Amino acid sequence: MATIALEQARRGRVMSVVVDAAVLAERNLIALVRIREALFFSSVQPIMFVLLFRYVFGGAIAVPGRSYVDFLMPGIFVQTVAFGAVGTAIGLAEDLQKGLVERFRSLPMRRSALLAGRTAADLVRNVLVLFLMTVVGFLVGFRVHTNAPAFLAGIGILLIFAYALSWGFSIIGLSAPNSETAQMMSFPVLFPLTFASSAFVPVASMPGWLQVFARNQPISIVVDAVRSLMNGGPTADSVIKALIWSAALLIILPPLAAHRYRRAL
Amino acid sequence: MAIAIRAEKLVKEYKGGVRALDGLGLEVEAGTVFGLLGPNGSGKTTTVRILTTVAAPDSGEASVLGFDVVREPQEVRARIGLAGQFAAVDENLSGLENLRMIGQLNQLTRGSAKLRANQLLEVFELTGAAKRSVKTYSGGMRRRLDLAAALVNSPPVLFLDEPTTGLDPYSRQALWQVIEELVAGGTTVLLTTQYLEEADRLAKMIAVIDSGRMIAQGTPTQLKAGLGASVVELEMKSATDAHQVGEAIRLRGTTSIRVQDNKVEIPLEGGPSQLRWLFDLMGEVGCEPHAFSLREPSLDDVFLSLTGHQAE
Repeated sequence: MATIALEQARRGRVMSVVVDAAVLAERNLIALVRIREALFFSSVQPIMFVLLFRYVFGGAIAVPGRSYVDFLMPGIFVQTVAFGAVGTAIGLAEDLQKGLVERFRSLPMRRSALLAGRTAADLVRNVLVLFLMTVVGFLVGFRVHTNAPAFLAGIGILLIFAYALSWGFSIIGLSAPNSETAQMMSFPVLFPLTFASSAFVPVASMPGWLQVFARNQPISIVVDAVRSLMNGGPTADSVIKALIWSAALLIILPPLAAHRYRRAL
Repeated sequence: MAIAIRAEKLVKEYKGGVRALDGLGLEVEAGTVFGLLGPNGSGKTTTVRILTTVAAPDSGEASVLGFDVVREPQEVRARIGLAGQFAAVDENLSGLENLRMIGQLNQLTRGSAKLRANQLLEVFELTGAAKRSVKTYSGGMRRRLDLAAALVNSPPVLFLDEPTTGLDPYSRQALWQVIEELVAGGTTVLLTTQYLEEADRLAKMIAVIDSGRMIAQGTPTQLKAGLGASVVELEMKSATDAHQVGEAIRLRGTTSIRVQDNKVEIPLEGGPSQLRWLFDLMGEVGCEPHAFSLREPSLDDVFLSLTGHQAE
């Protein structure tokens, strides 16, 4: 092999985490564009949910004081980022199963970079997906009744919450023996949280015992916050609660995921 | 002689109390191929994982080029390459993207990583497929890419975990050649394999492991010599006869024999005079052989005589 002059980058500890994570985030984003299932989960499936609830179920769901599509879209936004996080679980389980984690760990990179890169890629994906869903929402009649800053604040809350969820689903991915199981483990967590919530129907229409859960679980709280920022109405209470939930999850979940990652092999 | 890889009393237990390694120790001379031979589940992969800093041992010590795998993992990682039986490359990326990513994670600048990637693609004859997604690669191409990925940082020490498992004979030969060239260039290689032929061909020293313990170590020649001069192959008239003769031999204390269909293989541990004993025995049980031959012992035989069971 002919010798070629190769340049070794010299970086500090923090900088090398950032660069390694960026390299791995790039890898995940390339995959996002190339894998058909990933494109499906992040765009086709949410669009189908919009159409399903807007045109099939929506007529039968009564929401006081506003049109159903305005009520629905904030719920769809949260559901979309939550379902998207399953991709994180599947992807990490696949990396483990296929020996990629093994390879990464044998490289002189920062260990934290794999999860940092994956969750950063998720964040970028969510920005794109939320943009797409907003466009779809406008096409089916969704309107923002507040103003642009409030709408963007809603998107901000969605992104923070979604980022926390990515870490949560990393834990599932790192605990599963393979990608199929990761997917199967994700849905029992996801279904009650997204459907027994304020995302699609008013919580008041549920039986009393379910209302207790539906009102106080994080998905509902984030939906309520985003809804108040986009539909109008009192915002402070639900926004603060949503931020507290997200912050709490971001304090608890990343260390747990890192711990799981260290013990994964 | 300089030691490139050293391990002492390695113990690793997995959840559920499975003891993957049970006090394993080994020393690998720099610039040679060391073959770690054993069946599935014998602890080969766990050994490689510990030596490459992928997993930590429960107890024991190991070092690569003098750097401790637990205390100085980054120093170790900068000097090793790992290629595994799973061909750990990202299927969704192209060959070029894979190698560039590995280069960058080896702390090369983006430009250098790309340069190195293209160089390796050429060496491994993958230039034509450089921009195709790895999903479209054949098994042999993936394995070449995997090996290329292990060589991105020109490592002085290379770990190959069952590098040719599942490869066709042509790809296997080609890979062997690459390994031989690397060693000629001074690389130290630790290779695990289930293929005795592979260890025989490539390794200067072979360690045979079973249930996480080393049960024999030596040059291929030494291991074969430890087995007596030759192996007798008997072809019996029927499988029943073969079974019967096998049982009779086992009853008299020789356990390292192999019975398959109508064939019986017996290492002549007692020298040529054991032949008379063998024929007398066959006379006693009333089963005469249909055909008979003598051959040099293979590493298969080594494994059988060391572990009492066949390599899987």
